[in-house]
Parts: sequence; structure tokens; C-alpha cells
Amino acid sequence: MSNVTSALNGREVTGVTTIREGGFRGMITLRGDLSNANLKKVCKAVTGVDMPAQRGVNMHGESGLAWMSPDELLLLVPHDAADESVAKIDAALNGTHYLAVNVSDARALITVQGKGAREVLARVCPADLRASGLPKGEMRRTRLAQVPTAIWTQDGDDFAVICFRSVAGYVFDLLANAAKTPGPGLL
Amino acid sequence: MSTRLATAGRLLDRASTMEFTFNGKRMQGHEGDTLASALLANDQMLVGRSFKYHRPRGLVASGAEEPNGLVNMGAGAFFEPNQRITTTELFEGLAAESQNHWPSLEFDVGAVNAKLSRFMPAGFYYKMFIHPRPLWKHVYEPFIRKAAGLGRAPTEMDGSSYEHFYAHVDVLITGGGIAGLAAALAAGRAGADVLLVEQTAHWGGRAPVDGAQIDGLDGDTWVKETVQALESMDNVTLRNRTMGTGVYDHGYALAYERLTDHAPDQDGPRHRLWRIRARQIVTATGSIERPLSFAGNDIPGVMLAGAVRDYAVNFGVSLGDRTVVVTNNDDAYRTAITLKDAGLDVPVILDARPTADGSLVQQAREMGIRVALGKGIAHVNGAKRVTGVSICLQAGEGSEIEEIACDAVAMSGGWSPVVHLWSHCGGKLIWDDAQSHFRPDASRPPLGADGLGFVVPAGAANGAMSTAEVLVDAFQAGAAAAKAAGATGKTGRGPTGDTPKEEPMAPVWLMPQGASYKLRSKMWLDYQNDVKVSDVQLAAREGYESVEHTKRYTTLGMATDQGKLSNINGLATLAGALNAPIPAVGTTTFRPPYTPISMGAIGGEARGELFQPLHKTPMHDWHDANGADWEPVGHWRRAYAFVRGAETVEQAVQREVTNTRENLGLLDASTLGKLIVRGPDAGKFLDMLYTNMMSTLKPGRCRYGLMCTENGFLSDDGVVARIDDDTFLCHTTTGGADRIYAHMEEWLQTEWWDWQVYVTNVTEQFAQVAVVGPNARKVLEKLGGMDVSAEALSFMDWADGTIGGFDCRVYRISFSGELSFEIAVPASQGRAFWDALLEAGAEFGVMPYGTECLHIMRAEKGFIMIGDETDGTVIPQDLGLHWAISKKKDDFLGKRAQERDHMTDPTRWQLVGLETTDGSVIPDGAYAVGEGVNENGQRNTQGRVTSTYHSPTLGRGIAMGLVLHGPDRMGEVIEFPKVDGTSVKAKIVNPVFFDPEGEKQNV
Repeated sequence: MSNVTSALNGREVTGVTTIREGGFRGMITLRGDLSNANLKKVCKAVTGVDMPAQRGVNMHGESGLAWMSPDELLLLVPHDAADESVAKIDAALNGTHYLAVNVSDARALITVQGKGAREVLARVCPADLRASGLPKGEMRRTRLAQVPTAIWTQDGDDFAVICFRSVAGYVFDLLANAAKTPGPGLL
Repeated sequence: MSTRLATAGRLLDRASTMEFTFNGKRMQGHEGDTLASALLANDQMLVGRSFKYHRPRGLVASGAEEPNGLVNMGAGAFFEPNQRITTTELFEGLAAESQNHWPSLEFDVGAVNAKLSRFMPAGFYYKMFIHPRPLWKHVYEPFIRKAAGLGRAPTEMDGSSYEHFYAHVDVLITGGGIAGLAAALAAGRAGADVLLVEQTAHWGGRAPVDGAQIDGLDGDTWVKETVQALESMDNVTLRNRTMGTGVYDHGYALAYERLTDHAPDQDGPRHRLWRIRARQIVTATGSIERPLSFAGNDIPGVMLAGAVRDYAVNFGVSLGDRTVVVTNNDDAYRTAITLKDAGLDVPVILDARPTADGSLVQQAREMGIRVALGKGIAHVNGAKRVTGVSICLQAGEGSEIEEIACDAVAMSGGWSPVVHLWSHCGGKLIWDDAQSHFRPDASRPPLGADGLGFVVPAGAANGAMSTAEVLVDAFQAGAAAAKAAGATGKTGRGPTGDTPKEEPMAPVWLMPQGASYKLRSKMWLDYQNDVKVSDVQLAAREGYESVEHTKRYTTLGMATDQGKLSNINGLATLAGALNAPIPAVGTTTFRPPYTPISMGAIGGEARGELFQPLHKTPMHDWHDANGADWEPVGHWRRAYAFVRGAETVEQAVQREVTNTRENLGLLDASTLGKLIVRGPDAGKFLDMLYTNMMSTLKPGRCRYGLMCTENGFLSDDGVVARIDDDTFLCHTTTGGADRIYAHMEEWLQTEWWDWQVYVTNVTEQFAQVAVVGPNARKVLEKLGGMDVSAEALSFMDWADGTIGGFDCRVYRISFSGELSFEIAVPASQGRAFWDALLEAGAEFGVMPYGTECLHIMRAEKGFIMIGDETDGTVIPQDLGLHWAISKKKDDFLGKRAQERDHMTDPTRWQLVGLETTDGSVIPDGAYAVGEGVNENGQRNTQGRVTSTYHSPTLGRGIAMGLVLHGPDRMGEVIEFPKVDGTSVKAKIVNPVFFDPEGEKQNV
């Protein structure tokens, strides 16, 4: 749809570590009883992946499930599938206490890829970014400098960052600034 | 004179010569020099002036503890004051200037203060400048500000860049001397993730200078091999030029890496602040030598014995041809031996101890150096340089026995472990009588969340004073830290050192021990702040018993070196004056940072564009390209007005108001908070949060609501839309979105945890546009789609549908008094929707408007604004909002508070409208004066302005304000004095100035 503009219009800065806007992604905030069988079933149906463990993220292509808190999940789906996915959840969970909202456009997705990606992030992120501290399959809700974000590794030095749309420019600039110079070589 | 020796200088590359300037004078040094060693090599003994008396100051030390050698460095955007020359590596083109002198370093007018020092005792400022009061502001303070202070403040924005780096490690080791290296060996072999940081550019600390022998190797060789071994371990990271600056709770530590200070032409950040989470921290921070307190110990040419040795061995620099060594311990003999070996003269070693026969002492004697036991210095001769010393009996009162000509004095009062990092987070100290120093009490370390210690002291920092002891202690410390951090590998055997046998030192806090007042008033404890033995003794006589109070009264240890040299000597002096044991007096508090670090490093990347996250709406770029005059609202930037052509901002605002009232205005309202509240108990929950009833709202309808704090004060307002039986969408103010979301979560999580309600913040999911004005419906109908007629969508309705092909939710609400639709579309479509409205609206006279136009229109309608009419002390009843406060509800947040008698006091100022009698605008924040004066002789007040504007609609100044008994005084004229001395008169009127019947919005 030509009416649609992403937060950063596909900005990228290439280099040893490349920072790139990750494009559109459907995101749904789901709050509810994560042990509920219907909830698990519809999450699997919508995303194609199993329920992640605490702090976990399970991805398959553009779709996935991320554990956000004991009563909150983030569902990732293709951008144009978000509304229909919410509708599926509404249908499946009708009668139970839950909250499912399309928040795709409230967010921006930025990727940090290539050698040194962990050290680019470590310039602005207080989380443990060692491979042991943030292994594949975990999502970390943390901050980059002054704003909240969620980060995870898709594979090795291939990271994805979710932030609020309004600060996408700030987050991109932060990462691009850090990527200008090599880190200390610790990670 | 000080000079470069023909040989020696283990850190120098003599083949590489560097030019630099000091006070404009061109000088040369070598690669490997510090600025301090290079200055000494050029016979620049005088490096600064002291803070209070402007005494001439030379170098005392060779490292981070140096109090005197501070300079202004660089120029323009790279200018920085108070750079410590002993820790500044020389580079080509370095330009430094000395500080705190006028007109010149050699001749300083302020030095007259020294002549008056009898009249400037401890606490002088407190005693002198208290009376008469007005003189402080107009006479004393300007004078003191000119006379005091060290470096100049920079005048330009810093041109360098800085960064942070977050590191998570098992074991952080601070200090890369042999202790740190040995600890790293143990921890590394055990398999822990180790980060070893060293503040200088070199590994090994002072062991190679002191001739340490380790595992049969000389110090340099062992250090080199050990560093290589550590570098080959994948789990060990070494960083030099990186100082451990502070230890905090939960294993948090800061380290300060100076990346390009030594090479300013290099690209990249200048400093990197390491923000480290370590399971265990080993403090291998070494020890610092103490000065001796004898008269004239501040004259340039008097230096710590260890520093004299450092300059000779590391940099091939001699402080003088004839150096008198004065000591209370064996270690200083190393200096005498080193100097003698370098071919220099040591006329005498003055040893305050009655006997001395350690192996170093014997060696000195065998080299033919005269050793005078039981002797001390009565006073040093010279002014800007040492010319000689007068010798006396240590046990006596200072009668001169002999005068010896010399040009340098090397003093040693013993060594104090650097316990700073150990102490920062609560590690306790014990007094070691044998060494006369405080050292860490290993049984009382800083405690982590598990109740166990997380800091392990190592080596000299733990009071191990010989090479052999240091290595054993540090290796154990490294192994213990690794184990505590969870590493399970074997550490193997640690390195072993050989140490000559040394005899105990003797505590000497005053030289000679019976020194007269005259001598004591020339004995410096704190070189930078000019605190002398006599000052501390005076403080004690005046009743200062606490070391913390004495510190502040005398300024002992309050200079930029934070008392690294003066601390122990000062408190020993205080203990002596109080006749108390030293441990009973205790130390002052050790606080981070260990030495000053740059403000830039603390700020990191947060400067310029990255100073603060700027929140941008989906239409931000359009606004930016179309004349937006920005104002900050919360963390957002909102357009205050869209300025066209040559008009002023004020003209733009007036134009926008008129156009919106007559044609069509568009407001980017995306920043308003939007919270989804959902669940079977959502209605009950909102009834508690809002003052009015929300549970009775019908799906498809909107209701304006007020939120108060528990104390009854108005906190936020906004329109609530009921989406379905279980779901509400609550609008908050722009600045209130995150705050109110947190407020809701807090009540749900802590108080009403059993209510079935979920809240989520969807503020940024939507771009929201207010389409406002008589033509509002026309433009929407032109775009086509859902029915927006008055019948289908009446005032305070909302509906989902499409307009112009955009999925949207339309709220028929008005904050302007005009026909108004607030339309939410997904944020990704916000810009396209905005463009579509502008295009379709062209024929209807569309103009975007900014926040000031919004403010004026709402004020014309008498609508309150959170933050204008409220300031945290205002309750809804003050604003005449009784209609929005439910009387049916048993409870809501703020209800009980609003019933307190202060809240129901009829003399609380009440909201009214104000119309100026001359049509002018009342200044913002103006107060209305009443009759008489208060107890302070000030005019009584009877009200204040909360919002004030020029209304283009009414063609006059209008305002809202809180006025005593205001609603009962309609028509009365009150007076608002202005800052220019004149007044403006205003008539009290109804706050609704425009269309009180609401005919315009309800069409």
C-alpha cells in the first residue's frame, strides 16, 4: 500500500557493522494467562512457533513469539497479517480475560549486523551481550542509551532491535554513531 | 637543577624527539615521557602556584597522586584545565600553561597572601567573611573568585567525542602492577572471564623501578613474559591507560580509558567510560608514598623518594645533582642507591630512626653514602628552589646541627595502601601499627546482594609491602576471586619474589617531633590547598574532633587530588593534637572517582543530536519542512505554529486561530496518550481512577474525565472512549502518557491485583489528526467513506470506518469549540493521511495549526489545560469542575483528600476569566494584588494568572486565573502589577469567552 511509510524510510549505514531499518513487521501485544491452552494454540496457529520459555524468543521467518513478562507476549507476524491475527486471537479467546492489540505501527525494527555488532550495542546497552549472556533464542528487554528497547540475536552477529516508532531516529543515530569506531574487542 | 641523564630511562625512546611548549616556551622531550618528566628534563622545576597562598609549587610525585602539577592544556574546542602532568603522556605539539598565577608563574602578585598567612588561618573564610553580611556578595566573593581557583573554564564546546562501554565479566582487576598481573594469572588460569585495567600506559607498576626479582627474572622481563602469557588467554582482556575509578553496589564498577589523550590526532572517541558488572573485583591498586612533615617541605625540589627514583629509572631524569634523602623507612634507601648508581651525589641520608641495619641500609653504607641516624630536617632552605637543608635531631625541637647544600630532597614517610576502591562501597579498614597505615580489613569487605564480599584486595593495596608478599597475596586474591565468581579451573603455582630484608619503619608525623609553631606553620600537609600542620592543630584546639569536620574546616584533602598525599598525615596530626590513637580518629570517606575524570566521559554519546531522544510523530518531517516553530512537549517536539513567509510567529498564531474559526484547521494530535484498558473490571477500575463515572459510558460514546492523585490534586485529563463492554480507550495529555500508564499499572499491581484488567499503551500506534473548523465535515465528505453527518456521528460519538481509503477511528470531540473530528489512523499511514487532508482541504481553506493556536482556542472556550491551570496544588473544585466529580461514587482516587478542610476552604482561589480593561495581554504568571502587606512587608496577593493570550477572535487580551472568591466577584476589576512598574487592570468574567452555548461545535 503506497500510503504506508516506515519510521525511517529504510535508512541504512553500511560498514563493518551495518545498521539498517528492518522494515515493516506486524507486532501484537498479547496479555493474558500464558498457560491457557487456547492461548497457546492460537499463538502457534498465528505464528507457527511454540511458546517460548521465560525471556525466550522463537522465530520462524518473519513470525515469532517473544516472552515479555509473566503475563505478556509479543507476537511477530507479517505487517499486513497483524489485524487478521488479532481477529483470530479474539475469536479463540472469546470469553477469557486477555488483551490483544495491534502495535505494529507503534514500533520500529532496526537490524545491527556484521562483525562488531555486539560491541556496537554494548556502547549503549547495559545488558550482558556476551554470547553466554544473550544467546540465540533469548530476547532482552533493556534500553539503548535513554530509550527502552528489546533486542535479540537472529544468528551470531545478526541482531534485531525493536524500539518505539517516535524514537527510531534516535536509536538509529545512536547505533550508527557507535558503529563509526571499533569497540575494545572484548565481545 | 633538574636535567636529563645521559643514560637510563626504561620507558623512553630516545631516538624519537618531541617538541612541546610550556607557557609558550619551546621545549623538547622524548617518546615515553610524561609531561612531568619532560618538564624536569628541561629544568622546569616550578610548575604552578598553590590555591590559597600562591606559593611556588614543584612536582612532588610521579603518578596519579600528584597535587601540584596541574596545567591548562590545548586551545579552543580542545582546551581543558587541571590536567595532571604526571599522568599526561607527552605528544608532539603539546601546549600547556601553568595555572593560578598572575601575572606570571615566576612572579605572582597573589603570593602576598603567603606573607599574610598568619592572618589566614584554618577556617579563615568562615571567620572573616561572615560579617558584615552585605560585604560577602559585593566585596569578598568577587575577590575570592578572582584569587582562587585553578584552571580556567573552557569557553567553547568540547570538540572531542566520548563513549561508554558496558562490560560484564567474572573478575575485574584494577591495577596492572605485579599484583594485578599475578591476580590475573590466577583468575585467568582458573577459567574466569577477566578484565585487567591499568591506569598508566605500562604494565608492572613500580616493581621494575624497585629492582624486584621474580621467578629468577628481573622485573621488566617477568612483566613482559607475564603480559604475553595473559594476552594469550582468550578469557583475559588487558586494557592499559584505563583507570578503575569507582566501585559501587552489586559489583558495578567504572573504569576510565584514555584512548587518544596521548595521540590527539588519532580518530575516534577521546575517552571511554567502562561501565562494568563484575562478579568479583580485585583491587590491586598499589600504595602511595607519604611525605614527611618538616618545615619547607613544599619548596620545589622536595619530592617523594619513590618519585625521585621513578624519574631517574623510568625517564632518565635527575631532580638535582645533590639529593638529600630523608626517611623513616628502608625503602627510601633504594632512591639513594639508584641516584648514586646514576653517578649523582647523595650527601646524606637522614634517617629519623635511632637505628637502621637492613640490607638496603648496609648497601648504602657500603657505597659510601653517609647515613645519619636519628636525624631529620629542621627546615629546607630556598624559595623557588631548594638550596640546602638544615639538619636537626628528630627527637629535639629543631636546633640546627648542620647545614648541607643540596638542590633536591627525597623524602619518604612510609607507604599507604591505595584503599580507595576497596572503600568506595563500604569495605572497612584496620590500622596496621607495624606499617603505620590503614589497610583493608579482609573480614569486612563490601557486600553483594548475597551477603558475601565482592571485593578482594591484593598486593600492596592490601598492605603487602615486599615483592615476595605482594605476589603471594595477589595470586591468592586472584584465585579466590575466580572461585567466588564460579570458576573451577586449577590455578597452578604462583610466581615467587625475592626481597631484601627490610627493618620496620618508624612512625614520624612531625619532624622534628618537638617542632616549634614557627616550624609547624611551614610544614605542608596539603600542597594544593595550602593546609599546614599548624592549621590542623588549630582546628583541633577550636574543638574540631571529627576528621570529617576538620577536613571541611581546614580544606585538608579537598583539592583535586582529594588528599592522596595529605590524608594519613593530616589525620595523624589531628590524632596527635587530640591525643587520640589514629584508628580512633579514622579516615575521611573515600568517594569515587579515584582521580577526576572528564565530564565528557560521563556524558558519553549523549551530546549534540544524541543529547536526548527526540520523539517524532509520523508527520514530523512535514512540519519541519513547512515552517514549524518547535516547542518541547514532554519528550516530543510539537509545532508551536507554522510560520509562513515573512510573518512573525505571533502573526502566524493569530492567522491560524482566525482560519480555524472561519475555515478549516488541522492539528497533529498524535502525541496525545492513548491507553487501552480492558477486562471485566475495566469500568470499575476507571471509576476509581477518574473523578467522574466511566462505567456508565455506552460503547460508541466518549466522555471527558479528570484524574487526581491520592492527595486530591488534579493530575491529568482527557477523553475516554468506550470501545466495547470490556474495553476503553483513555486519552491522556501528551506529557502524561507514560506517567498515567505507570500510574494505572501501579494501582493494578499493588492495590487491585485481583481485578481483571489489562492496560497497554498504544499511543504511538496511531497518528491522530484533529480536523477542525466550519469546513471540517466538508473535507471529510469530499474524501469520502464513512458517514460523518451530525445524525450518524453526533457530538461525543466515535466510530470506526474509512475516510479517503484510510482505515480510521473518528472521535467527534472538540477542544476548540468548533466542529471537530479527531481521526486516528495507523501511524504508518499518518503522513499519507495528513497529505490527503491538505490536498482535499485546499478548496476549503485548510491550514495546519500549532499548539499555541490550540491553546488560544481552548482558552476562548474556557477549557482548562493541565500544567497551565494546574500546578500540582490545584484540585478540580478550584477550577469549577464540580460537574465532572461524581457524587454517586463511594470512592475514587482523591475523593477523601478533597474532603479535607483545607481543600474545602472557601478562601481557596477559584478559576475565573479575566478581561483586560485596556485590551492588552496580562503578562504570564502575573499576580493580582490585594489590600495591605503581609508579615514580610510584601503586598498581599489575591489571585494569579494561569493562562493569558491575545484572542484574535475577540480582538483583546483574555486570561484565566485563580482569584480569591473569584466566581462571586463577577464584574469586579483587579490589578496586576507588571515587572516594569506599571499595572494592568482586568475585569473578572466568566471563563467561557466564546460561544458559551456550544452552537458552533454542535452542528
